Amino acid sequence: MVEKQHQHIKLAENSIEKETTTINLGPTHPATHGIFQNIMEIDGERVLKTEMTVGYIHRAFEKIAERRPYSQVTTLTDRLNYCSAPINNMGWHMTVEKLVGLELPPRVDYLRVIIMELARIGDHLICNSVIGVDTGALTPFTYVFQWRERIYDIFESICGSRLTTNMGRIGGFERNFTDETWKKIHDFMDTFPAMLKEFEALLTRNRIFMDRCIGAGPISAERALNWSFTGPNLRASGVDYDVRVAQPYSRYNEFDFKIPVGTTGDTYDRYLVRNLEMWESFSIIQQALEKLKGLDASVFHADAPEFYLPEKADVYSKMEALIYHFKIVMGETDLPPGEVYHAVEGGNGELGYYLVSDGGRTPYRLHFRRPCFIYYQAFNEMVAGGLFSDAVVTLSSINVIAGELDA
Amino acid sequence: MISLATLQEKLQGAYAGLQLVDNRGMMECEIPADKNLDIVSYLHKELGFQFLTDITAVHYPEEQGRELCVVTHLHNLVENTRLRLKAYVPVAQPDIHSLTSVFSGANWMERETYDFFGINFVGHPDLRRILNVDEMDYFPMRKEYQMEDPTRLDKDDAMFGR
Repeated sequence: MVEKQHQHIKLAENSIEKETTTINLGPTHPATHGIFQNIMEIDGERVLKTEMTVGYIHRAFEKIAERRPYSQVTTLTDRLNYCSAPINNMGWHMTVEKLVGLELPPRVDYLRVIIMELARIGDHLICNSVIGVDTGALTPFTYVFQWRERIYDIFESICGSRLTTNMGRIGGFERNFTDETWKKIHDFMDTFPAMLKEFEALLTRNRIFMDRCIGAGPISAERALNWSFTGPNLRASGVDYDVRVAQPYSRYNEFDFKIPVGTTGDTYDRYLVRNLEMWESFSIIQQALEKLKGLDASVFHADAPEFYLPEKADVYSKMEALIYHFKIVMGETDLPPGEVYHAVEGGNGELGYYLVSDGGRTPYRLHFRRPCFIYYQAFNEMVAGGLFSDAVVTLSSINVIAGELDA
Repeated sequence: MISLATLQEKLQGAYAGLQLVDNRGMMECEIPADKNLDIVSYLHKELGFQFLTDITAVHYPEEQGRELCVVTHLHNLVENTRLRLKAYVPVAQPDIHSLTSVFSGANWMERETYDFFGINFVGHPDLRRILNVDEMDYFPMRKEYQMEDPTRLDKDDAMFGR
């Protein structure tokens, strides 16, 4: 059999016209996880450049917050990174507590830590399984969502909602965790390790997954820092900055956990960093459950009658409690004037709240430092020059949540 | 952690007249608006503030001549120190230098601040609206603009009930 000789025809420079294609990835697209648009200029399979347009889900939270009493702003914060809403809620409560100067009892802080780490596990479960979906692996996504359902059940038993939780109040939680909640938490802790190991077995050393993800959308540590990356995307590039360690809040300094870092900042590194963070979150929850053992189980809020609703029995019998109840429910509590910036480690990085108060009942100015908005700018730099399929997988690995993008 | 006294001393050498204060645990400094790029470059190169946390603005309509305050949060990751810089610009001519030459991440932060407050970042490569519609001809976060659009005719108060 004669081997067909391949003839490579070399064309003279500029002898043919070359056109690039401009395609529209979004704003609604099955491969982008949210409502944001990428106008990509591609040359065959190679992405030349991409322009990101955002703002399709802008809901004017910062303007609305100027007209809402402090306890009502929590519902706005839910809808930032809606995959890990409790972290946003707790971050807002801590911002107001910082402004007011409120100290919380240890039990409240440990309960908050448990909730925030459960939310972080939920967020990372979505992100990692969705990277799999974009490479064609649909099974781990539906499998892993069963455990996200269990996290939803835990949140529902605490605050009534699954996704946009509006959990907690300024000064603690709205009600104590019930026995049913503890049972759900312990069931989750018992079954989670086996599930995450199975999930890892499906993806981490999977030939196809590795081939798709290794080298897709890398970014160096210097460029990531210059773009103001935070969170797992920055840690995948090798910088070990975590707000829980740098400026501990909610007694995180009493917990012992590692910060996983990557090297090249590509999609595979981001996947691995999030995976290891889930194990670290699991360990933090175990430590919190241990720490709760010696504490008085009836404490679930700070003693702050000006901001935290008093017991109903007191409202009906004592004058001060009645007045506080009225003022809190009608939103007439004035907060001290001042400015505060408080940051928490959200699912995607440093979620900051810049609150300016003029001494009134609503914020004078509230600005959310949203990590997704800030690092999505760098998407062009991460994918330009690479293949189109790498761009899709990079987009899901940086975990852009449209709610946090636009606010 | 760089103490306030140390940072004050280091800044005093280069920019006399800058006063650092401690505002609820965060160091804060008011800077003249025309020198913001110089001061931020100095902080970036000499004092290790190599991380830009955020750029935003606040509108104080009562302060004549200095209505818009551009707030920049910087972070020195190695020394674990945060710093807030405030530069006041008049609403009649809200010009300030862009920080995009020092921090790439300032790009969208400044576009958002322009979109909502109308602050003109001189030297920004692509200053246009980012979250609001392009046709909008006002800056919504300024205090004179109401939360809801009063020109809408389709929202019937009798049906919606306020």
